[in-house]
Amino acid sequence: MSALALISAAPAITAAPTDPIVVPPVNFGVLMPMLIVLGGACVAILVEAFLPRSARYTAQVVLGIVVIGAALAWTVYGGVNDDYAVTFSGAVAVDAGTYVMWGVLLVLAIPSVLMMADKVSEPGGAFVSQAAAQVGSPRDRVATRVAAPMQTEVFPLALFAVGGMMVFPAAADLVTLFVALEVLSLPLYLLCGLARRRRLISQEAAVKYFLLGAFTSAIFVYGLALLYGYAGSTRFATIAQQSRAGDSSDALLLGGLALVVVGLLFKASVGPFHLWTPDVYQGAPTPVTAFMAACTKVAAFAAMLRVCFSALEPMTWTWQPVLAIIAAVSMIIGSVIGITQTDMKRMLAYSSVAHAGFLLIGVLAMSEQGASATMFYLLTYGMATIGAFAILTVVRKGDGEASHVSDWAGLARRSPVLAASMSLFLLSFAGIPLTAGFIAKLSVFTAGMQAGYGWLVVIAMVATAVTAFFYLRIVVVMYFSDPGVEVGGLSADGRSRGASDAPYVVVPGILTVIVITVAVVITLGLGLYPGPVLDLLTVPLPLLS
Amino acid sequence: MNDSLYLPILLLLPLAGSVVVTGMSGAPAKTVKLTALGFSVVELGVAIALWVAYRSSMGTGDTAAPFRETFSVDWIPSFGVSFSLGVDGISLTMIALIAVLVPIVLGASWEEKLPAGRTIGGYFALLLALQAAMIGVFAATDVFVFYVMFEVMLIPMYFLIGAFGGVRRAYAATKFFLYSLLGGLLMLASVIGLYVASGNVLPSGTFDWEALRSIASQIPESTQMWIFAGFAIAFAIKAPLVPLHTWLPDAGAEAPIGAGTLLVGVLDKVGTFGFLRICLPLLPAASARLSWVIILLAVIGIVYGAIVAAGQSDLKRFVTFTSIAHFGFIALGVFAFTTQSIAGAALYMVNHGIATGLLFIVVGMLAARGGSRLIGDYGGVWKVAPLLGGMFLVASLATIAMPGTNSFISEFLVLIGTFTRYPGWAVIATIGIVLAAVYMLWVFQRTMFGPIRGVGVIGDDFGLDARVPVTVGGPAGPSSTGAPEYQPATRGTAVSTAAAVDPAEDSHAAPHSRAAAVRARFGDLTGREIAVVTPLVVLIILLGVYPQPVLDVINPTAQRTMVDVGFTDPVPPAAGPIVGGGQ
Repeated sequence: MSALALISAAPAITAAPTDPIVVPPVNFGVLMPMLIVLGGACVAILVEAFLPRSARYTAQVVLGIVVIGAALAWTVYGGVNDDYAVTFSGAVAVDAGTYVMWGVLLVLAIPSVLMMADKVSEPGGAFVSQAAAQVGSPRDRVATRVAAPMQTEVFPLALFAVGGMMVFPAAADLVTLFVALEVLSLPLYLLCGLARRRRLISQEAAVKYFLLGAFTSAIFVYGLALLYGYAGSTRFATIAQQSRAGDSSDALLLGGLALVVVGLLFKASVGPFHLWTPDVYQGAPTPVTAFMAACTKVAAFAAMLRVCFSALEPMTWTWQPVLAIIAAVSMIIGSVIGITQTDMKRMLAYSSVAHAGFLLIGVLAMSEQGASATMFYLLTYGMATIGAFAILTVVRKGDGEASHVSDWAGLARRSPVLAASMSLFLLSFAGIPLTAGFIAKLSVFTAGMQAGYGWLVVIAMVATAVTAFFYLRIVVVMYFSDPGVEVGGLSADGRSRGASDAPYVVVPGILTVIVITVAVVITLGLGLYPGPVLDLLTVPLPLLS
Repeated sequence: MNDSLYLPILLLLPLAGSVVVTGMSGAPAKTVKLTALGFSVVELGVAIALWVAYRSSMGTGDTAAPFRETFSVDWIPSFGVSFSLGVDGISLTMIALIAVLVPIVLGASWEEKLPAGRTIGGYFALLLALQAAMIGVFAATDVFVFYVMFEVMLIPMYFLIGAFGGVRRAYAATKFFLYSLLGGLLMLASVIGLYVASGNVLPSGTFDWEALRSIASQIPESTQMWIFAGFAIAFAIKAPLVPLHTWLPDAGAEAPIGAGTLLVGVLDKVGTFGFLRICLPLLPAASARLSWVIILLAVIGIVYGAIVAAGQSDLKRFVTFTSIAHFGFIALGVFAFTTQSIAGAALYMVNHGIATGLLFIVVGMLAARGGSRLIGDYGGVWKVAPLLGGMFLVASLATIAMPGTNSFISEFLVLIGTFTRYPGWAVIATIGIVLAAVYMLWVFQRTMFGPIRGVGVIGDDFGLDARVPVTVGGPAGPSSTGAPEYQPATRGTAVSTAAAVDPAEDSHAAPHSRAAAVRARFGDLTGREIAVVTPLVVLIILLGVYPQPVLDVINPTAQRTMVDVGFTDPVPPAAGPIVGGGQ
């Protein structure tokens, strides 16, 4: 088409009679879980604006839990009643798979919010009370000392992020997917920069995450545009239809799907798109790290399942082998680089990269069992991750968290219950039988094997053994090393002063205790008797779109 | 379906014991120890009842059924996993061995010197938990359950070595765990592979052993080879066969004596048992095709283990290397595919558990007295502690498979069975017997005979009056006239520097008091220790003279395994029953 033709076509468009705007029918019933969370987030902003400072904490925590609980209840209700629909004129699809994904997401969101609300292990909570105060300024020093009331803006931010994550697996249109991506990302960028201690590293993490995330969004939009150019629509169903017909340019299709998938892989911190993960995990406040590690992963993999199954399904042969190689790369990067880490949070970050590779096997198996296994894996991995980070918040040194591995020496002697819980989570990561992580690995790898990816499963096994090495190192440190000599620095209240002081363990607050207990129960329970939950988390195919 | 509750009880009893003992953290140590022992003795009683029930049901009912005393409940229906237990002749004898060894091990660990901060309750609780997992491995009739137990077994052993072991315990425990985990994960790939392969033949995939056996011949040979590789690596690490054995000397040497006994005596048998239970019946084509690999490694292990054992200076490492040689014999017997060799291998697993168990425990008693594991730190122990020396002699003779001891029967069966199919390999393996005599008798001669010497026996501060260890029930130290003859020796160089004490030669200088002092310091076996080793000695001699009751139980299973793998004994067989069926 020549430029002249474009110019001549332009007046024709303006001159054409406009179609009457038809309001598409909207099925609000199936959208309720999303609407509850997003509406709750708006209410939370109002709470922040109108309630007195002293009342906000209680109101926000209660509101957050009630909202997520209500959304979860509606999800269960909708799922039980088989309340499925494609609505918003094809932009949102809610089916059995969506309900499963929402369920997993919300179940993981509750302990994450509880962790954010805990202000016992870190007096005043893990978040800076005045994010605007320049680091090191007198105002900042005053703000840091103010332990109460706690910073409460994190709750509406977290709710918005959860809302975005819920739209993610329900998207049936690339534009919906993109909007959801932004809605979940922007609050996360902010949350990352709000750490109370080590603020510079936290702000650095936020900027890194934001810049890389913004680039990825751009890449995603580029892919979106190419796919639109290919199919003439951003609907998953239309894209699938067009590629099945196969009479348009494959270059647009392949380029577009590559760029879109890269955007999702970035969010899921799959190597080699993982470069932000260690820095952000380390710098972000620990509850936010847990939230990202658990919930963002669920959302990203859920979206990937939906895109792969509804939009890209006819083109399996083009991207499946690529995704298999990416999975292998992710597993190798995560496990090998993880060995050299000495910081707990960075180690868990690389472990999450390795796990993202394992999860990808479930996605690229392109089977009902693979999709279901992925969701089960996300649930068990998310729970163990939240539990591990919760334990991380109570092992402290000086003013901050004792995140260096050596600080954990002899933890079993000082806090046997915490050490045992941490060991359980680590063993679950390593996939030792009778923990939930084993059943998750088993189901994902079985799906991979059935899809003919035996070689990938073998790589995954070896990678698992390698990750086990650094998980085991923590167990060795906790159980078989003697605690460092605890001399000096201990004041009357048992807290040590100064950065060089010996690590200590605070008595966890009730919220953290709840989180750790729930994580332990689920990790053990799903390891011993996973049958009912495995059945519950079935993602039936085909997905609606 | 649920005929029998013996196996669930056998599984749960030690687990319950472990929980109870863990919960008794406030109680006096003696109460805790007696409780643990009580659980293990009741467990032994149940195991004996199981043996009797199995014997009385042999030949009755459905004789084609591979397992008896079965128990099954659904576990994970969506994967077709059921928690199925059952025993055949081979697993029954192994379960009996576990039930016998654990009370003995608890007794042997009664006065274990633990690292600071550890309690005996925790130690015994872990031993009982280990017992439950080991019984689970041998009783599982579902491949998934077998895998789960195989992995779970690692955890108590990991903590036993890591928390209660010697100086390099963290290193040894990690090495043990990583080796086993790598093998276990490759095995998991194979378990999944078996499941997927069975799904191609059956309507849905299964982990059930009997179902898998019935379709074993329908799985393509190339698939079988891959699945076999995963299992074989896991079992070769566990057994361990030679290139994958390096974790065992470290783990065995650093493990506390009770855990080490179970590690070498039982845990490693899971590898050879896995070959018998999983590889041969479920992957017959691959087993037949790849048997040469295992046989080659086994024969290398027999010779290599023996040679390296002879060069060891550490008693516990020495025992582990002798075991590596013996595991070679067992693997050779399994893959020689004759009824005799397989039955011999199965019997060998039991006999080795008893003989090496005794050897390990006696070495532990020796090391506990001398405070050293080095062979060079001991000499003339026989004169100081004749009972201990006598037990060491029995264990040594059983280790070198002297006729009259139990090991002779099994080694003979393995070799004669192997000879009928692979005369060449059998001849090479026989070298191992000669070497065994070399390494074992040499160690025996160095530690037990000759003049009384070595820091382990005399003590490195002997003769310095002020620091002479005061022992119960004997003279407190040497007479002053004798003192100059005892040179304080540096640990590790004791052979050359420690002065020899021969009571016969220096009788003019109050010999009795000096020898008596050494004797009193060192001490012979106590009543508890005699009670611990006696059952093993009795079993060694009993099974050496009259192994028929055990062979009666093992033989039908060995014959069934031959049918499963599709081999018949070579004609003309030297002896023994000719098995029909197969190719």
